[in-house]
Amino acid sequence: MPTRSPARARRPKLAVWKFASCDGCQLSVLNLEEELLPLAGEIEIANFLEASSAVIKGPYDLSLVEGSVTTPDDARRVQQVRQQSRRLVAIGACANFGGIQALRDLMDVAALQRTVYAHPEYLATLSRSTPISAHVTVDLELTGCPVDRGQLVEVLTAFIQDRPVRLPQHSVCVECKRRGTVCVTVAPGTPCLGPVTRAGCGAICPAYHRGCYGCFGPVDGANTAAVADRARELGMPGRDVARLFRLFNTAAPAFAKEAAHHDA
Amino acid sequence: MTHERTLQATLRVRALSRVEGEGGLRARVRDGRVVEVGLDIYEPPRFFEGFLRGRSYTEPPDITARICGICPVAYQMSSCQAIEDACGVQVPETVWALRRLLYCGEWIESHALHIHLLHAPDFLRYDSAIAMAADHRAEVERGLAIKKAGNDLMTLVGGRAVHPVNVRVGGFHRAPTLAEVREHVEPLHRARDAALEVVQWVAGLEFPDLDQPFEYVALRPATGYPLERGRVVSSGVPGRTDSAGAGFDLDARDYDHVVAEDHVQHSTALHAHLRGRGPGKYAVGPLARYALNADRLSPLAAEAARAAGLGAVCRNPFRSIVVRAVELVYALDEALRIIDGYEPPDPPAVEVRPRAAVGFGVTEAPRGLLLHRYRLASDGTLLDARIVPPTSQNQAAIEDDIRGVVVDGLDLPLAELTHRCEQAVRNWDPCISCATHFLDVRVERE
Repeated sequence: MPTRSPARARRPKLAVWKFASCDGCQLSVLNLEEELLPLAGEIEIANFLEASSAVIKGPYDLSLVEGSVTTPDDARRVQQVRQQSRRLVAIGACANFGGIQALRDLMDVAALQRTVYAHPEYLATLSRSTPISAHVTVDLELTGCPVDRGQLVEVLTAFIQDRPVRLPQHSVCVECKRRGTVCVTVAPGTPCLGPVTRAGCGAICPAYHRGCYGCFGPVDGANTAAVADRARELGMPGRDVARLFRLFNTAAPAFAKEAAHHDA
Repeated sequence: MTHERTLQATLRVRALSRVEGEGGLRARVRDGRVVEVGLDIYEPPRFFEGFLRGRSYTEPPDITARICGICPVAYQMSSCQAIEDACGVQVPETVWALRRLLYCGEWIESHALHIHLLHAPDFLRYDSAIAMAADHRAEVERGLAIKKAGNDLMTLVGGRAVHPVNVRVGGFHRAPTLAEVREHVEPLHRARDAALEVVQWVAGLEFPDLDQPFEYVALRPATGYPLERGRVVSSGVPGRTDSAGAGFDLDARDYDHVVAEDHVQHSTALHAHLRGRGPGKYAVGPLARYALNADRLSPLAAEAARAAGLGAVCRNPFRSIVVRAVELVYALDEALRIIDGYEPPDPPAVEVRPRAAVGFGVTEAPRGLLLHRYRLASDGTLLDARIVPPTSQNQAAIEDDIRGVVVDGLDLPLAELTHRCEQAVRNWDPCISCATHFLDVRVERE
């Protein structure tokens, strides 16, 4: 773990927050097994409920925010988080695009509650699952379901060193080529979201002989129509093409729009 | 603080730390009696049951993994089993072995995390493992190294540690090669040696007294300690000799009929109970698995359990950290055994054709039994889903423990009693994200 610039006298304060989510992105912080203790020497872990009972009051220099906003309470809480955070990084598919729970956006939530819960009056839930950026300014988006550990280290390191974060702007396709994986669409003819998905995972799925399922969300300028057309040429029914785009980043505009073209 | 003071007290923790997900706890004492306890779960519901309807039968392993970032493999394993059951497909033993290897990785990761980062700080009076590392750096580093061995194993078999990509209905997308698998032998050996030290370490902690007469429910497979398959067995209700309190031995389908759930006001998770059992609580997880399968531990893990002073049954939930450490040894030992006999499944997956049917799957998540049920249309569209996660099943037992801790601790200062209640919740390694997402209303409508 590189050391912070000498100009900074005190350790910066880190907070990790959870909204509607699976905890997997927070867990990715705790999965930095070799970096965790050195990191704690450089950054003061001031508010991270999953890791510590000690809560040090804000303001915080850096907040990592996991999860989407799905309740009226959380819509208020995210404002408080922003007010206490000098820099706010949204981590994961939920925080950046609303996550898999944004599938509710396509459903009648009131009916869903009545079907699923015996006492819907005990619940307070919003009709849509929205990303953090729909509520407050987000300084950096770190996507992925879950986020990549290497990218997390890059964000934390850049913060400690007070330098810009270097994140790839290209698609998963580039990572696949770099890894030397045979293209799953060209060779066995498997539909793959690699050309339209943001890099960061290291192109895991094609290396495991499956098509990318888009868990890092759309890359800028994604040509989703071309990928969808190719999937249909390969024999994928329209309903399945729609499902492919409606998964962990279903509410990301590029994916949502493409999915709508393929509804049966 | 005096006894008088705690005759009337309200104890409340609004946001529990070092647990997975968002929950709180409360207890109210009046005239020296505990009048109310609750494990409050306010984690926002995510309605997975709703999303699954209308999706394809091939999707539950990817979708349900997102219920929990800490035990995604458990969701993948139970869902694959349930879909294959519905479709009437048997997967070969080579696939089962690879599933078990992946599951070992998750147990290693999850147990090492819970023991070191979430639970041990309670016993040694630190706020976190990071604070604990100031005085116990070697122990924390040892735990993180074991955790890493588990994550690396998941990365090999699953592609990554959180939300593995390699699992599919019918098997795997790609089977790791023999050479890839063998690279893990050395690190797993080292982790196993380290885990044996962990058992000794946690066996030496001080445990508050608590003796809970829970009915234990766990899987019991044909051979070995339970992970990826088996029948659901129960210890029976302790102290009851009549047939209504007798133990059972059920397949997943029958267990689905036995477990009922209620929607209560203070929780977005359902409380589970076993039909026909009366007021007694039941429990799933390490204590239950150990009580019902101690004879199935490997010789190394069994010896570690004996040396740690664990008897045939452990009824003190505070000692679950010791059982978890024994299971950690087992999972590492078992991973090495599987690697030793590893044969890549070829093909890595069998074809699974959909049919109109209902299927059931039950496996042992690190924190206990996880049941999935799916109903499929003939074209493979999912018509409905039921998932009963371990923390829903343990919720009533957890509340019973809080009650027991408060009753025994009325003389303690309030801060101390509150800490002990929090510790009692963490004994169960509750996974609140899991508990929140699947709800079934049949009981309430009766």
